[in-house]
Amino acid sequence: MNQSLTTQEGSKLANRSRTSRVFEWFDERTGINKLLGKALDEPIPGGVRFAYIFGSGLLFLFISQVITGVFLAIYYVPSADHAHTTVAYITKEVTAGSFLRSLHSYGSSAVVVVLLLHVLQTFVYGSYKGRRELLWIAGCVLFALMAGMAFTGYLLPWDQKAYFATAVGTNIASEVPLVGEGIKRLMRGGADMGTLTLSRFFVAHVFLIPSVIFFFVAIHIYLFRKAGAAGPISEDPIAPKQKAESFYPRQLLMDLVFSLLLITALSVFSWLVPAELGPKANPSDTQFLPRPEWYYRPMFHWLKFWQGSQSFIGIIVIPTIVIVLFVGLPFIDRKLERRPWKRPVGVIVFTLVFLSFVTLGVLSYRDDRRNPAVAAQIAKQRKETEEFMRTPFEPETASSSLAAANIALADPLAAQGKTIFEAQSCNSCHGDGGIGTPAGAKLIGVGAKMSPDQLITVLRQPTAKMAEGGMTPLKLKDDEMKAVVAYLRSLK
Amino acid sequence: MEREDQSIEAGTQQSEGRAQLAAPLERRSFLGLLFGVGSVGVTALISIGVASISALLSVPIVRFVLHPLSAKTTETAWSEIGAAEEFSAITIPVKRLMTVEQRDGWRKVISEKSVYVTKGKDGQLRVLSAICTHLGCSVPWIEAKGQFICPCHNGVFAPDGALISGPPPRGLDELETKIEGGRLLVRYQYFRQLVPTKEVIA
Ligand code: FES
Repeated sequence: MNQSLTTQEGSKLANRSRTSRVFEWFDERTGINKLLGKALDEPIPGGVRFAYIFGSGLLFLFISQVITGVFLAIYYVPSADHAHTTVAYITKEVTAGSFLRSLHSYGSSAVVVVLLLHVLQTFVYGSYKGRRELLWIAGCVLFALMAGMAFTGYLLPWDQKAYFATAVGTNIASEVPLVGEGIKRLMRGGADMGTLTLSRFFVAHVFLIPSVIFFFVAIHIYLFRKAGAAGPISEDPIAPKQKAESFYPRQLLMDLVFSLLLITALSVFSWLVPAELGPKANPSDTQFLPRPEWYYRPMFHWLKFWQGSQSFIGIIVIPTIVIVLFVGLPFIDRKLERRPWKRPVGVIVFTLVFLSFVTLGVLSYRDDRRNPAVAAQIAKQRKETEEFMRTPFEPETASSSLAAANIALADPLAAQGKTIFEAQSCNSCHGDGGIGTPAGAKLIGVGAKMSPDQLITVLRQPTAKMAEGGMTPLKLKDDEMKAVVAYLRSLK
Repeated sequence: MEREDQSIEAGTQQSEGRAQLAAPLERRSFLGLLFGVGSVGVTALISIGVASISALLSVPIVRFVLHPLSAKTTETAWSEIGAAEEFSAITIPVKRLMTVEQRDGWRKVISEKSVYVTKGKDGQLRVLSAICTHLGCSVPWIEAKGQFICPCHNGVFAPDGALISGPPPRGLDELETKIEGGRLLVRYQYFRQLVPTKEVIA
């Protein structure tokens, strides 16, 4: 191997001089060599392993979510009026729109899966031990932020399941004593779910949480490099003794293979089973049964056990205990022993908590299947979603459209006025629907500026300024005049 | 295997005294390898990995962004203004209101436009936009005079739309028409004002 390497390098020597001069020039100005050296030469005690791929996998997924998310925002509009239409447009009309949205939507599930694997690996390997408390806490913060991303992102399509799942989700906040109602109101931007809720969730999902995630990813990576890779379970987490192998190139390759696997799996999945969009949220629907995404199912089911006066214990006290135990793990378990069989208490508690989550999730799905009323309603919702997915995209009628104008003209007097307006060629100068032209002023909103009587007066006897602009007195019978005024007042 | 040990050495040689010496080696092992100058099989593998990941992500994104190139997002569809034979016997221009639906991405704008159905000198049906080519007022047909007369600056047009007098730079604009199943269809478009030739504006 060394032999072939040298000959290869030798043959390259000829054109190296120029390329290396370019690199030298670049490096003198950026110091990239040192930076890359530092980034890539991370020593891994005990050698590289596939068990260590999950961290980079998460980083990759996060970047992929950012990229797909940014591009989805090209067509998305965060308003209760348009959100659903724009997501339907992305899903049904835009080239590769359904695919990209699926990548983003399934990407969130992938993040959860890889996150759990990352936590599992860290726990089983005892890699949180040995001066790694802050590293672990930064990871816990990232975990919470990712949960926040999943929660806020779920509402954005503004379809039935998004709306009702978020209604339930925000309701949970009101269980917090004293400040609960306030938190709920803050999240919703009001007492009820509405367009303000969507704006808030959008800003949180797209600007606030991601920027905090970037920050904590940096902290997490920095603390990781500071503490060093923990290596295998037999290794001393503070002063590693086993022979180290560099991150570059073999671990980098493994990480790349994993990222490639992830994106391939996501692509295949997105291609075969595109993410669905249900019918637009209908807040007055009292039948709809909200069901969260699979990773929120255990929590969802857990909440069902706690109703009435006890709910405080189930919704606040117990989860807080679990969270404190989880976040405080490196403080509680301070021994440097990393082999799982030598630390049975931790392993058993962790396994039990994990199994309860799985059980709760399974129970949630099972209960839905077993209750015939629920199963029927869920089947109905499924059918409605499938039906919606089958119907072609229906563009939204712009509010400036004729259809909207005609609603205002439900008043027959105004409708008569419109006919007169056109017969008198008022529209020649003032434009159709009074939108205004270079030759005549805009009449939309004139009803707010003048009373009906004032309008009649100036129409009969235009002011000097109006006459100067070319307005001629309108000679009409009283009832016709009333009709024109009714029409003018309908122009909004 | 040799290779990796080398690079570890390169990276761990951080002490001041050896930093100088290590510099050229570092340059080769990192910058070189990353940009393919160092030429190790690994570089190729890494490049393939990065390239396939980026391809998987960027192909759908590029197609997504380029959607407007293939979509007829702002094209005006054909609208019907009546049965063709309804107009076969007309002798003077007839005003018609047509409903125009215009797609604007995920929304549609519906508006009502007035047009005149008239006959050209050759006896063919022509549909004229009522928008004055001067400054855009709507031009009414003045039956008493047998002419279109713009109320704004007295532009005068013949029954077939040809310019007779006044400030407009050209006659009234003719719209594209077609007859399908006996119905007269019109494609409504806007044209640039104040220029002597007819130019469509989006
Ligand atoms: S706008 Fe018609 S003549 Fe000036």
